[in-house]
Amino acid sequence: MKNAIEIYDINKSYRNKPALKNINLHVEPGEIFGLIGPDGAGKTTLIRILTTLLLADSGTATVNGCDIVKDYKHIRTSVGYMPGRFSLYQDLTVEENMNLFAKIFGTTIAENYSLVADIYSQIEPFKNRQAGQLSGGMKQKLALSCALIHKPDILFLDEPTTGVDPVSRKELWDMLKKLKKEGITVFVSTAYMDEATLCDRVALIQDGVLLSVDSVDGIINSFRKKLISVKSDDIYRLIGDLRKLDFVEKAYPFGDCVHTILLDSEADENMILDALKNHNHINLSAKQVIPTIEDCFIDLMENHNG
Amino acid sequence: MRRIRFLVIKEFKQIFRSRAMLPIIFVMPILQLLILANAATFEIKNLNLIIVDKDHSQFSRDISSKFRGSPYFKILNRTFTNTEAEDQMKLRNVDIYLEIPVNFEKQLIRESSTKIQIVVNAIDGSKGSLAGFYASNIIQDYSKDLSIKYGIRANLISPNTDMKQIDVTYSNWFNPNLDYKTFMVPGLLVLLVSLISVFLSSMNIVREKEIGTIESINVTPIRKYQFILGKLIPIWILGMFELIFGLVIALLIYKIPLLGSPWVLISFAALYLIASLGMGLFISTITDTQQQAMFFTWFFMILFIMLGGLFTSIENMPKWAQTLTYFNPIRYFIEVVRMVMLKGSGFYEVRLHFGVMAFMAIVINTLAVMRYRKTA
Repeated sequence: MKNAIEIYDINKSYRNKPALKNINLHVEPGEIFGLIGPDGAGKTTLIRILTTLLLADSGTATVNGCDIVKDYKHIRTSVGYMPGRFSLYQDLTVEENMNLFAKIFGTTIAENYSLVADIYSQIEPFKNRQAGQLSGGMKQKLALSCALIHKPDILFLDEPTTGVDPVSRKELWDMLKKLKKEGITVFVSTAYMDEATLCDRVALIQDGVLLSVDSVDGIINSFRKKLISVKSDDIYRLIGDLRKLDFVEKAYPFGDCVHTILLDSEADENMILDALKNHNHINLSAKQVIPTIEDCFIDLMENHNG
Repeated sequence: MRRIRFLVIKEFKQIFRSRAMLPIIFVMPILQLLILANAATFEIKNLNLIIVDKDHSQFSRDISSKFRGSPYFKILNRTFTNTEAEDQMKLRNVDIYLEIPVNFEKQLIRESSTKIQIVVNAIDGSKGSLAGFYASNIIQDYSKDLSIKYGIRANLISPNTDMKQIDVTYSNWFNPNLDYKTFMVPGLLVLLVSLISVFLSSMNIVREKEIGTIESINVTPIRKYQFILGKLIPIWILGMFELIFGLVIALLIYKIPLLGSPWVLISFAALYLIASLGMGLFISTITDTQQQAMFFTWFFMILFIMLGGLFTSIENMPKWAQTLTYFNPIRYFIEVVRMVMLKGSGFYEVRLHFGVMAFMAIVINTLAVMRYRKTA
């Protein structure tokens, strides 16, 4: 089967400031694809180009087999888009918003109710409340329900979990997994690296450049360096000491320990313990760990900057 | 078509749900017509007058009482010297003073002619000229009285004066009593409809941009023309409602005559609203926030209103300003409203206005839609 999204050499600049540089990407049908990167990386720009809201300066792309410029009308009937900012009518009620979008797509709430039932049933008790008066999490649920009301083939979500409480965040990801089972391709952007593990494949984007596109396991497997987790009672001093060592590439805080990437594949945790012997660290310990996706991203991003 | 209907319904829901809209639609027209129609008057009453009476004769007293009887003047004082009158004028306490010279009566009887000086404070030009005009009317009136009262008696006044005099009288067509309300109210009606339509359309569309709802709409299969029509049709309906509502107020409260057919008026308003909605749409394409849209709209509306011929007659404007008014839709609407209401003009008489307005509607809407495509 053909790819759900194919992107070839997309470039986009705002007033000569490049926002996207030579983006090449494909998304397989029925997968949850995560676009991960810090604020200002170009995530929203890419999503807006794919949802036909913005024209790229150069390059082509197809969504659901349709060209984003020539067949934009087809795309608009077959994708759902949930913008990062709440963009429904705040002065219409929950039900009116749902009805409006259902009618625009020539369908009814009842027709696709099963698809949105999980989340819509949670806001249904408030269906006569104006959308502007909903809490952040409920707004998010309403926005997702509206984006799904016409049973799109591909769903775009722009930072759906930014500013959302942990429970709603989990509910949202559960929902995305359910949509995947329904055969809907999900293209989601986020600034939270830990959400990468919830995606089938991820693309890491920074400064408009794709740093890596792979499955989470693939990205972790391609991390070839040795990663040592070092611990002591004085984390702050420990980081400084580690960075002074000539066989350490970088050291950064990670939870309650310091993750240290070694330059030299010969080196190991014992060399670190040896080197720090005379620095009076209390409860010093070090052990090699398997990198998490966050370690990989930090490494990729810092190499990109350097 | 179905989609446009949903959008129109949605728009009406939003309009009537917003707290500010109902007062704007129902209270604003009534207030505007009640306040402005009574306050924006061109008549000037209670002009402060000082009479410098140096003659102290029967005649000079007669003139004084003539002025006292006029509703236009309020006699502040009577003095014997110019000094006080001049001082008061410098202090802006007095609008006009009248100097009756020494031997006024004597000269009038002996030589049948004399002079009276009128000094007018012309800081406010139109007020000053009106004051002068009213005063000379009263004095002319008085000279007529003289010939009637004293003319036969002993030939004291030269018989020539009243014989050769040309008496000018006026007949005011279309507004026989020169009632300024008849003249103002139809114009105010036009302003009302213009304000409502341009402001609502420009701000309403920008609002979707500002709040971001246009993003949600743009990814749907709704076409641009459907979106625009969905926005403009409700405002067009509101505008027509306002016009008819205001018209009823004008007819019932102010008893403004409606000599022509209301259908001419209504069909012209329908066309005019298309043009003004196009203007609102255009403004919405060049702005990003409601605040910007409001400033833009104000800028244009002030220009159009001031050059519309309601507050300043177009014939009195300098040539270049008169040329500018040809590009002003409000000018045409005010003319049509006055022609139809006061003169009873039919379609045939205002056909040119219809033509110009149709042309304007096409041009501004084409521009707006072209720009709209480009930006969004």
